[in-house]
Amino acid sequence: MEEEVLRIAGLHVSVDGTEIIKGLDLSISIGEIHVIMGRNGAGKSTLANVIMGHPAYEITSGTIHYRGQPLEELEVFERARAGMFLSFQYPLVIPGVQVGTFLRKSVQAVRGEKAPTAREFRKELKTHMEAMGMERSFLARYVNDGFSGGEKKRLEMLQMLLLTPQLALLDETDSGLDIDALKVVATGINSIAPEAGCLLITHYQRMLEHVKPDYVHVMIDGCIVKTGGAELAGELEERGYEWLETAG
Amino acid sequence: MNWKKEAMNGWKPRGEVMVGDTARDAVGDYQYGFHDPENATIRFDKGLSEQVVRDISELKGEPEWMCELRVKAYKRFVEMPMPTWGNCDILEQIDFDSVIYFLRSSEGTEKDWDDVPEDIKNTFERLGIPEAEQKWLGGVTAQYESEAVYHSIRSDLEEQGVIFLDMDSGLKQHPEIVKKWFGSVVPHSDNKFSALNTAVWSGGSFIYVPKGVHVEMPVQAYFRINAKNMGQFERTLIIADEGSSIQYVEGCTAPTYSTESLHSAVVELIAMDGAKIRYSTVQNWSANVYNLVTKRGIAHKDATIEWVDGNIGSKLTMKYPSVILKGEGSHAEVISVAYAGGSQHQDTGAKVHHLAPNTTSNILSKSISKNGGRSSYRGMIQVSPKAHDCRSKVVCDALLLDPDSQSDTYPTMEVGNSSADLEHEASVSKVSGDQLFYLMSRGHNEAEAMAMIVNGFFEPFTRELPMEYAVELNRLLELEMEGAIG
Repeated sequence: MEEEVLRIAGLHVSVDGTEIIKGLDLSISIGEIHVIMGRNGAGKSTLANVIMGHPAYEITSGTIHYRGQPLEELEVFERARAGMFLSFQYPLVIPGVQVGTFLRKSVQAVRGEKAPTAREFRKELKTHMEAMGMERSFLARYVNDGFSGGEKKRLEMLQMLLLTPQLALLDETDSGLDIDALKVVATGINSIAPEAGCLLITHYQRMLEHVKPDYVHVMIDGCIVKTGGAELAGELEERGYEWLETAG
Repeated sequence: MNWKKEAMNGWKPRGEVMVGDTARDAVGDYQYGFHDPENATIRFDKGLSEQVVRDISELKGEPEWMCELRVKAYKRFVEMPMPTWGNCDILEQIDFDSVIYFLRSSEGTEKDWDDVPEDIKNTFERLGIPEAEQKWLGGVTAQYESEAVYHSIRSDLEEQGVIFLDMDSGLKQHPEIVKKWFGSVVPHSDNKFSALNTAVWSGGSFIYVPKGVHVEMPVQAYFRINAKNMGQFERTLIIADEGSSIQYVEGCTAPTYSTESLHSAVVELIAMDGAKIRYSTVQNWSANVYNLVTKRGIAHKDATIEWVDGNIGSKLTMKYPSVILKGEGSHAEVISVAYAGGSQHQDTGAKVHHLAPNTTSNILSKSISKNGGRSSYRGMIQVSPKAHDCRSKVVCDALLLDPDSQSDTYPTMEVGNSSADLEHEASVSKVSGDQLFYLMSRGHNEAEAMAMIVNGFFEPFTRELPMEYAVELNRLLELEMEGAIG
């Protein structure tokens, strides 16, 4: 029995008066992995940010529902507490705030009454960090301060695992990663996938060697122009986007 | 004599005391804004004159030389103009005639907490002072209005010859030490407010650490202004003899009244050869207090003086902890943070005078301005011509939380020796919308996200504080963020 977590209907989004998303429909259910592919500037990141509620993006028409609830009613932090997670393309530096403190406070904020005790939290943390090959010393560093690209993405994945989302949006989480980091990200996605709906935004095919998507959507100029299965990614790899651009 | 002896039970407050919302509207949210009934045993009339100065001295039974010093200082205070820098507009608002210069709340300084008058005890219990003493302090002084009401020191420190007294008792019990050092670092004529303090000083701490003694646990003083229009003028003198060390911590609060209070302290530190003094302050005055303090230390050969100075609250703070590096190889460390909320001005900074060769100094100043508040860094590094091979590093970071707030920097460097190695870095940053979005996407509301950024920004300061103070400071800043975001 599939359970729908995200439903987008007729979505139009503008930034500073320029329309970026021009009529988009999408439905994601628990247990599904969706991939959105497309060139830079197609509106992929805008989609992820608008779902999470970034204030710079204006929804001019259309709706987004999360688990049946219209999202415009929820502030960004309420979306997070309701089980939505966005892995950032460019995670922000928070000087002076230690990773360990940040993770503990975030888990408390998001999981609320169901948050683990201090002891359980340490155990969860240890398990996930070991699985991702992260040193304990990581916890004493400041959030994303001086982190390499791979370290940033690992921290995003660690947050995702600890925050146990029902909808995970991953914005170019695979870009600029070496093969080890890529595998870490893939393992993260695969481990939450059975319990969550996942939306991966990427313009590389190589992630799909490690994560098996249920749907691949091609986004061009603010619209989804084609939807297919995993095989569509392979076709894009071979043929590029031109055949779709002319078709669209 | 113009003071009035008042019976504890027959006393009633004069005039209206604003409480609750009215006072809150006037000065904003402030956690320690409660006040307790003023049960003064001796209360001077408002205003200052030579007679007031002589009366304070007579009341305290001081030696003649101190009385004469007070009178001399009073005359200097009257002659000296107001500073022509800092925030002149706010300085000019100070009405010296409406200040109460002396108020005695308790007949004596108690050594046993149970003997402190009930209402004063309640105040300090609400501020968490007795618990802190039990847990982590080597000694405590609690000053209420003009004088210390409670004082204690661990017996092991006393046995090692450590003197830790309130300043009035220090003068009575060790007049020869006080006479030798009092005003030797901050002369009464240094500035208008040091002159005022010297004229009317009351309370503060007196500490002497004998040669080679290391005081492992910090000693603490807590200063509380309770009465309206009160002026608090404590005077602190710390002498660390050769090869000794001590860490001193002070905290300050005042209630929220709609009228103003004046806090003008003088602190003098003397670190003899190889000694180390760390002086930490977390002051959290309510937004109606003028806080004009002179803090200065002298470091002799291979000595270290560290000022760890946190300024939250007050209407105007002007404070520039200074170190005179007099002996070769001595070192100064000044770490300060300032938080300026709406209609507040934190004019703070540091001064270091490199008088001897191979002396080093580090200054880290961090400020946050919010809701139209203003923070200024005002600093001076001076290297004298014969002081070769000195090193100094100054870092000033300002964080603006909104477009209405302000930050400015006034650094001065006077370098008389070309071998000096000086660095100065300054940055002004803003909280970015993307930082807030990132934290909010992790379940933190705007106030929580802002508090996390602010606490992170102050972290290099907070980690230098005793843990209890660090926790308290973080909690305070969280409250500040909650109060201001709606």
